[in-house]
Amino acid sequence: MKLVTAVIKPFKLDDVREALSEIGVQGITVTEVKGFGRQKGHTELYRGAEYVVDFLPKVKLEVAIGDDMLDRVIEAISKAANTGKIGDGKIFVVSLEQAIRIRTGETGTDAI
Amino acid sequence: MEDIVQIKYALDTFYFLVCAVLVMWMACGFAMLEAGLVRTKSTTEILAKNISLFAIASVMYLLVGYYIMYSSDGAIFPSLGMLIGSENTLADVTAGGDDAPYYSARADFFFQIVFAGACMSIVSGAVAERMKLWAFLGFAVIMTGFIYPIQGAWSWGGGWLSELGYSDYAGSGIVHMAGAAAALAGVLLLGPRQGKYGANGQINAIPGSNLPLSTLGIFILWMGWFGFNGGSELKISDVASANNVAQVMVNTNLAAAGGLLAAMATARVLFGKTDLTMVLNGALAGLVSITADPLSPSALSAVLIGGVGGIIVVLSVLGLDRLKIDDPAGAISAHGSAGIWGVLAVPLTNAEAAFSSQLIGVLAIFAWVFIASLVVWGIIKLIIGIRVSPEEEYLGVDSVECGLEAYPEFTLKK
Repeated sequence: MKLVTAVIKPFKLDDVREALSEIGVQGITVTEVKGFGRQKGHTELYRGAEYVVDFLPKVKLEVAIGDDMLDRVIEAISKAANTGKIGDGKIFVVSLEQAIRIRTGETGTDAI
Repeated sequence: MEDIVQIKYALDTFYFLVCAVLVMWMACGFAMLEAGLVRTKSTTEILAKNISLFAIASVMYLLVGYYIMYSSDGAIFPSLGMLIGSENTLADVTAGGDDAPYYSARADFFFQIVFAGACMSIVSGAVAERMKLWAFLGFAVIMTGFIYPIQGAWSWGGGWLSELGYSDYAGSGIVHMAGAAAALAGVLLLGPRQGKYGANGQINAIPGSNLPLSTLGIFILWMGWFGFNGGSELKISDVASANNVAQVMVNTNLAAAGGLLAAMATARVLFGKTDLTMVLNGALAGLVSITADPLSPSALSAVLIGGVGGIIVVLSVLGLDRLKIDDPAGAISAHGSAGIWGVLAVPLTNAEAAFSSQLIGVLAIFAWVFIASLVVWGIIKLIIGIRVSPEEEYLGVDSVECGLEAYPEFTLKK
């Protein structure tokens, strides 16, 4: 099993969610986060004084999937979240050791 | 005949009361404006300051303020009596002649309370985010009970400034510049917020947390100002007065508009973007500018007078920051800088006013309020201190002074 984490632009969340549900991913966890990558934000003016907006709002989503789905999930997220402009985000993949459904006690791929 | 006199009295009293209610509503406007321009961690405290200063003004003006301001009979030092005297009787009114009262004495008192409150509320925006709440409230007691009424007696109370010919219809100097002077004294003793000014002349932005509230506040102030200026005609029950009131309200509106547009254009030119907070301050500055004389200018002149105020406020905000005078709401600029302009602009459209007496008025009011405030702030500073500690400022005055957060569920504290 794999845990796929993606940090994306907030307005792309709906597109990504649809894309994932189309390929059969059934569960997703979403958090509001702030972050920056190489773009390091930008400066704005407030009453004549400059300030740097380096932490930009992003959305982090996590999906737990079976190994067989990995390539499709990466492709779905990449396509749906892509705008071609800087700040599109990143996808991280980690190995998921165990998963348990709390209500029924199912484990492993039966739980995701 | 007597019926007509009674109706006129009732109408003038009613008009006065309605205008007073509109000016009271300006206290809400200031509260909203300021709450939106501070950070979330300071919002509760500034709301507490704004609403309680109005309560303090109401009581202090009852106890001593009104008497000091209106019963001094022309002296430089007003007499210190108490409470507000008796109401007019029917016989007083129907006696006729120039001295007969034409509106309720209580209505006059009520109208003046809300002006005292307006003056004091200017201070809260400038000292926001780092002043101890009770130091502020203590100052409010002295300001509304003594400092404001004493200089008010010199002009509206029939004192030496009015005898000199100082002309200030609704109080650009007497209310607005006075409030700004008290604010300036406080801010100089208080110091800027942590992190506002950097090492090499760097000015750091501390953005406001709720611009919808600030905009709401300016709309409320704009509306309340129709009472502030409109009520200062003091009468409506004859053709001349009624026409004057209409002219005053038209000019008030146009000055706000002129100030807003001028500030908007200035900000756009200087910053490349249209800073809403400057737009809002511009409307306010326009209103303050016309307040010294909303009657004599033509409608177009009102736009221009307000417009100059709008340019002044933007430059003043930038200038004060360069001088490291931290004013989160721009109160000193909007009420002080624009207020001075408002008073000095009166002779441009009013032949009965002279530049010299306007200038003397500005200097006298500023000097008195500034120095008296400096002394009072200084005494408070010695006794209990006026600034919260650096740790408390970092945590936010809301949790330290009020034990409450304004937005408990969705803050990401910096």
